[in-house]
This record gives sequence, structure tokens and C-alpha cells, in this order.
Amino acid sequence: MSANPTNGPGGITRRNFLTTVGAGAIGAAVSENALAAGKEVAPPQVTPAGRSVEVALRVNGRTHVVQAETRWTLLHVLREVIGLTGAKPGCERGECGACTVLIDGIPRYACLTLAVEVQGHDVTTLEGLMDGEKLGTVQAAFVEADAFQCGYCTPGQVMAVEGLLRANPNPSVEEIRRGVSGNLCRCGAYQHIFKAAHRAAELKAGK
Amino acid sequence: MLPSFDYIRPKSVQAAITHLATGSAQAHAGGTDLMGCLRERIFPVGKVVSLSGLPELRGVSETADGGLRIGALTALSALSEHPIVIKRFGGLAQAAGEVGSPQLRNQGTLGGNICQKPRCWYYRTDFTCLRKGGGTCFAVDGENQFHCIFGGGGTCFIVHPSDTAPALVALNATARLAGPRGSRDVPLEKFFVLPEVDVQRETVLARGEIVTEIRIPPPVSGTRSSYRKVRARRSWDFALAGVAMALRFDRKRVIDGRVVLSGAAPIPWRSKEVEQIVRGKELTVDVIAAAAKAVTSGAEPLEKNGYKLALFQGMIEEELTLMAASA
Ligand SMILES: Cc1cc2nc3c(=O)[nH]c(=O)nc-3n(C[C@H](O)[C@H](O)[C@H](O)COP(=O)(O)OP(=O)(O)OC[C@H]3O[C@@H](n4cnc5c(N)ncnc54)[C@H](O)[C@@H]3O)c2cc1C
Ligand code: FES
Ligand code: FES
Repeated sequence: MSANPTNGPGGITRRNFLTTVGAGAIGAAVSENALAAGKEVAPPQVTPAGRSVEVALRVNGRTHVVQAETRWTLLHVLREVIGLTGAKPGCERGECGACTVLIDGIPRYACLTLAVEVQGHDVTTLEGLMDGEKLGTVQAAFVEADAFQCGYCTPGQVMAVEGLLRANPNPSVEEIRRGVSGNLCRCGAYQHIFKAAHRAAELKAGK
Repeated sequence: MLPSFDYIRPKSVQAAITHLATGSAQAHAGGTDLMGCLRERIFPVGKVVSLSGLPELRGVSETADGGLRIGALTALSALSEHPIVIKRFGGLAQAAGEVGSPQLRNQGTLGGNICQKPRCWYYRTDFTCLRKGGGTCFAVDGENQFHCIFGGGGTCFIVHPSDTAPALVALNATARLAGPRGSRDVPLEKFFVLPEVDVQRETVLARGEIVTEIRIPPPVSGTRSSYRKVRARRSWDFALAGVAMALRFDRKRVIDGRVVLSGAAPIPWRSKEVEQIVRGKELTVDVIAAAAKAVTSGAEPLEKNGYKLALFQGMIEEELTLMAASA
């Protein structure tokens, strides 16, 4: 299957797909109009298996309109279609946290989230925490606290901490432990990750 | 990559029901359990019917009589952090806060939590077990350390994976269901199905039916509720053993109440034995010891899960001791 947003299933381009398929084209056209009007797009009728739909995703403040199959996860679309590789595939079954992103500011697993389900919501990925070319606050705290070894879990840990601090700017050690309890680290860097979260809270408070 | 499915996000409960009533359709609430089932191809899913276009199914509110109404789509984190739930239905707040990880609680819903599929590793992998229409339960003579000690009935030995279900049964909650033939109310205690009744279903939900809300009656004054979960590690995991209690006290004496186990049986398991021992009594050391002993009476452990007996006994002792201290 192609991850190219302009190609539909079987290599049909979107334009010739629209002109060749009768009933399906009406559905697609309706969703296009809704998009133009800036409304939330929900498939107005059943999207048949294997058919791509237009999905408008607001990621890091920018709207991306992509052709996606309804079975594609947010993780897949972020990485393979939009090209944002901050969120990592680990277990892809909700067990490791490597894919953690914020949806409306709240940490969630991108691997367990269908991309179509996220329309109308704000997605923040690791890339969205950057301050231009400079690391964001939580990222800087992870570097300062030496909070990783191989680094594979780090983007997810950073997003979990970012989400935690948005809800609770001054967490206790116990709250930090709980806040990152959905993010596993194979290298066992936990003590430093807890320290990084604490340091990030200080940095955000201007300390 | 997930297998292909038709997808729809209806704008009304009625439309959702209509779509769910046909073919091998499955409701999608938070998707945290469904996505895993799809990925592992545990059962065929022709159509995914998303409930996320139904905001009326979300939210927690107090009812006129002082009870609670919880929309089925309410996220578990919203439930566990809700001030009224924490203050008046503490056992449910605790149970919701014990599910999985923060990310799973932010996405997982209460309706999905009580309708989730079993976690037996034979069921979740390529084995065509009884629950998937096959002829054998592979756990009976297999790796059964996480399986049930009650209610297997010689057929299927899953434990019900939900943390909130035992708390809801303890609090005498009712599920409101909506389906092709209208709506009905089912007490949570009657919502779950034992394998001896039907080994291929976990709940009484008929085809096309969804849970729209959960209602909990106002707690009678003197009621205290709690949920305790024991798992193999501190980060996310399902319960090895758990207990939800809702006990009504008159000063130090227990008047009545419910004690419901998780990790014990294919459904949330009421321990009538413990309930009977504590009813009418003060929670003295002797009463607590008798209750702890009683919790495993009638248990039928399998070859590798005998450790659960001591676990449940110790847990009942600790939880009743805490209850006594706060009485
Ligand atoms: C790694 C991991 C750890 C987990 N740990 C725990 C745990 O410790 N404790 C626990 O209890 N659970 C746990 N879960 C299971 C799951 O995340 C939760 O049960 C969650 O609450 C499911 O809710 P959901 O909204 O995501 O359900 P979905 O995945 O959307 O749905 C689950 C099932 O219920 C059906 N369904 C959903 N809503 C309704 C409705 N309103 N009416 C009728 N049917 C409906 C769906 O069709 C589907 O079959 C875990 C899951 C994972 C992946
Ligand atoms: S990749 Fe999503 S939780 Fe592991
Ligand atoms: S740093 Fe290697 S997995 Fe966490």
C-alpha cells in the first residue's frame, strides 16, 4: 500500500478516483465542502474497507490534509505520511509509551488511536515542543539530567512529562512516577527520568 | 497494519445502533481494547462504528436523588479525577484510577472498560479456544497462573479484566442499554455472563445494543467504598487479585454491603461468604480473620494459580482492617 497522500488504493490518483466512482465521489465531495467551510469532517456515511478518505489533522498548530485509510493509526500517519518521526513505534499495542503524543494537551498513545478519530483535535508531537532550532524545556531537562541511554523511549517520556506538567506544574515524586508509569524504558533510566521531570518543572517555573 | 474494515462515525445513538445491528460490526469507544483485538485478529470485524460523534454519551452528573449518572463515553481519567466521584463514590474513583496507565485512562472509557474482551493469553493469540468457537480450553492444562479460581464451571477459565466493574457491582450500579428494540436497564450484577451460561459472550448485550450510561443510586449515609488491586509490578498491569467494597456502617458496626472480587472469576465475583460474616458485626480482629478465611471457601484453583488463595485472604484482611480503622 502506498503512503503517498495523493495516491488512493491501487495507485488510483484522487482526482481520477473522484471522476470515475459515482456514489463514492458524492461522499468525498461532501467532505471536501465541509473542509472548505472549516468544519469538523466526519465520514458522513460508511467508508468502505480499503477506501481512503480525506483527513484533516491539526499537528503542532498546522493543519495537514491527507488521504488516509480509516484503519491507519495516528502513529502511522504522523510518521509515514506527514513525516514527523518524533513519536516512535515500539510495541504498537499500548504497552510501552514510545508513541506518546498529546491530544488536546493530554498524553495518549498514537498507536492505539485511529487517525480519523483525531479530526477536530489538536495533536502535539515531540517536534512541537521545539523552540525553533532550540530544544524545548522538557527536552533540555532530559539532557541536563542525563535521562536516557539508548534514547528510544525518550520522545515518549518527554511527551508524558510535558502532559503531566501541563496538568500539574509542581508534581511530587510520587505524581511523577505515576505520570510516566505508561512509559517503559528498556535501559532502566527511570531514576534520571524522574529527576528530569522534576528539573523540567523547575525550568518551567523559571527556576 | 490493522486489517481493513468499513468505518462510520454516526451522529445519533439511533444510527449507531442501526449500524451495529448488521454484520460483524464492533463499537469503537476509546479503542484501547478494540485496536488490540483488531491487530491480533481475535475476531472478525467487518465494520467499526465509532461512538466519538456522540457527545451526549460523555460526562458525569449528579441525579436529582443524589445518585450519579455517568455517560458510557466518559474517560476513565475524567472519572477518577471527578470531585463528586472521589468524595461520594470513592471505590469507583480508585478503581478507574487503577486501570492501565495514564495514557490508557485518558483514552479508555467507562463503557469500554466494562465491555472489554478477556485477556487470557490463549484467547488473545492463535488458539481457537472455546470462547472463539473451538472445542477446548487450553488454560485448564496449560499456563494458567493468571486464570480464575471461581466460576470457571469446568468450561472457560478467564478472569474478567475490568477494574471498574467490581466497583460498580459493589455500588449497586445499573447500566442503561440502547438497542434496536429500545432501551433497558440492567443491574451491573446481572450484566456479565458466566461461561457455563454462554462461553462465547462476556455480557448480556444483544446485537446492536450499546451501553449509553451507568447509574449509581445515592449512597445511604454511613456507606464507605474502596477498591484495592494487587498486580505483579507498579507500572500498568491487570489485577492478579482485587477487591471492591461498599460497606454501610452504623458507628462501628457493619449493617450490610457488598464485597466484589476482581482477578477471581470470569465475571466480577461477589463474595457472599465475606459479606455474610461481616454483616451485623463490628470489624474486630476475629471477625476480620474469619472473613479472610471465608473469601476462598469454595475456590477451585488450577494447577498454577493456587497462590491466589493466600493473596485474596491477605487482601481481605488488609482492606477490612483499613475499613475498621476509618469507621
Ligand atoms: C496495555 C493495556 C493495559 C490495560 N490495563 C487495564 C487494566 O489494568 N484494567 C482494566 O480494566 N483494563 C485495562 N486495559 C483495557 C482497556 O484499556 C480498558 O478496559 C479501557 O477502559 C477500554 O475502554 P475503551 O473505551 O478504550 O474501549 P474500546 O476499545 O473502545 O472497546 C472495548 C470493547 O467494548 C465495546 N464497547 C465499547 N464501548 C461500548 C459501549 N458503550 N457499548 C457497548 N460496547 C462497547 C467495543 O466494541 C469493544 O469490543 C488495558 C489495555 C491495554 C492495551
Ligand atoms: S508503540 Fe504505542 S504504546 Fe508502544
Ligand atoms: S533510554 Fe533506552 S529505552 Fe529508555
